[in-house]
Amino acid sequence: MATSQLAEDLAGICVDSHGSAIGMPQLCSEWIPNQVFWLVITLVVIFFVLSRIALPRIASVLAERQGTITNDIAAAEELKRQASEAEAAYDKALADARSEAQGIAQATRDEIKAELDAATAKADEQIAAKSAESEAAIAEIRASSLANIEIVAKDAAAAIVARFGGNADQAAISAAVDSRMKG
Amino acid sequence: MATEVEHGAEMADHAVENTGLVFHPMDQFIVKPLFGDGHVGMFTITNVTLWMAIAIAAIAALMVWGTSRRAIVPSRTQSVAELAYGFIHKMVEDVTGKDGLKYFPYIMTLFMFIVMSNFLGLIPMSFTTTSHFAVTVVLALAVFLGVTILGFVKNGASFLSLFWVSSAPLALRPILALIEVISYFVRPVSHSIRLAGNVMAGHAVLKVFAGFAAVAAVSPLTIVAITAIYGLEVLVAFIQAYVFTILTCVYLKDALHPHH
Repeated sequence: MATSQLAEDLAGICVDSHGSAIGMPQLCSEWIPNQVFWLVITLVVIFFVLSRIALPRIASVLAERQGTITNDIAAAEELKRQASEAEAAYDKALADARSEAQGIAQATRDEIKAELDAATAKADEQIAAKSAESEAAIAEIRASSLANIEIVAKDAAAAIVARFGGNADQAAISAAVDSRMKG
Repeated sequence: MATEVEHGAEMADHAVENTGLVFHPMDQFIVKPLFGDGHVGMFTITNVTLWMAIAIAAIAALMVWGTSRRAIVPSRTQSVAELAYGFIHKMVEDVTGKDGLKYFPYIMTLFMFIVMSNFLGLIPMSFTTTSHFAVTVVLALAVFLGVTILGFVKNGASFLSLFWVSSAPLALRPILALIEVISYFVRPVSHSIRLAGNVMAGHAVLKVFAGFAAVAAVSPLTIVAITAIYGLEVLVAFIQAYVFTILTCVYLKDALHPHH
């Protein structure tokens, strides 16, 4: 009974009968130990939550992110270097291919020219051979035709002599024909 | 004397009840037991307990649950947690130097508690723990005692050179030393009253305007004013936490490097 009376008295120090504050509640000494006690508990709890769990975790996340960014930048630079290398190699290959193509074209051109020259020479040779052969044939034909003419002339002369009633000597006729033909 | 004041207050109550205007701007700061009425002892579970517990829960939600995925590309909550971390970490490093980073968890604890309590206090009908001098004085005294002890442990007697301005003319030095000593001991007072005073004043002003809102003629204006002041209070809630934290860093720097 006495303690509850005391409690009522104490409760009445800072709050009036209507439940309103008397003066500044901030200056009410009755409430100070309560606030200090719970504040200390709260700060200790927050400190342990932060220092044991939250802050190391955030620090590791930030470090990991920094590492990832650094790695990504390094990887990007590496890729860029590879790309420029590939470009240089491509340019070199292109230049090589172009010069090679020019070489091949020149070689082909030379080869074709040589073949053409050879073919021309061969054709000239063949033409010369053919014309020589033809000339020989013509000469032969001419010679054989002269011989035939001689025989025909001798036969014709003998026949003419026979028809005139003469009995011509074979040797005299051929000598006469030969001398006429030479003349 | 006390009864006279009480009597006067009661009369004033009757007066305002008759006109419909009720001003109790300080009632929001009353510490009440959560269960039953009566005496508030040291270990009584009060609205202080409740709102400090909510602050712990909110800090844990932000800093522990929010970062639980440890994402390389952070979610919004994780971003806020990382921003808070980066903000205070950079402040400690910039103000106290690399050797101050050892004390970063303590400063982070102070900042998170103050900023979270200030913001939670802006929820209507809530209780603002940082509006009480009992709370801010404990915070400021912890900083003051911690920093002073640290200064003597780290520097020994040469910590006293903090008060001896060697760059000033010799004749002025004793006077400056006196001023420095006084300002050093005033630190916890200004440190604590600045925070609680700002928070308390803002909340009281909001309540006064809320009282005027009952009068139909001025209520639109009052509501606009409450909105504007609320916006200001959001700013104050953050800035006071920032100021408290950066002053802590400055005091810590003095303890680590007392030579001017």
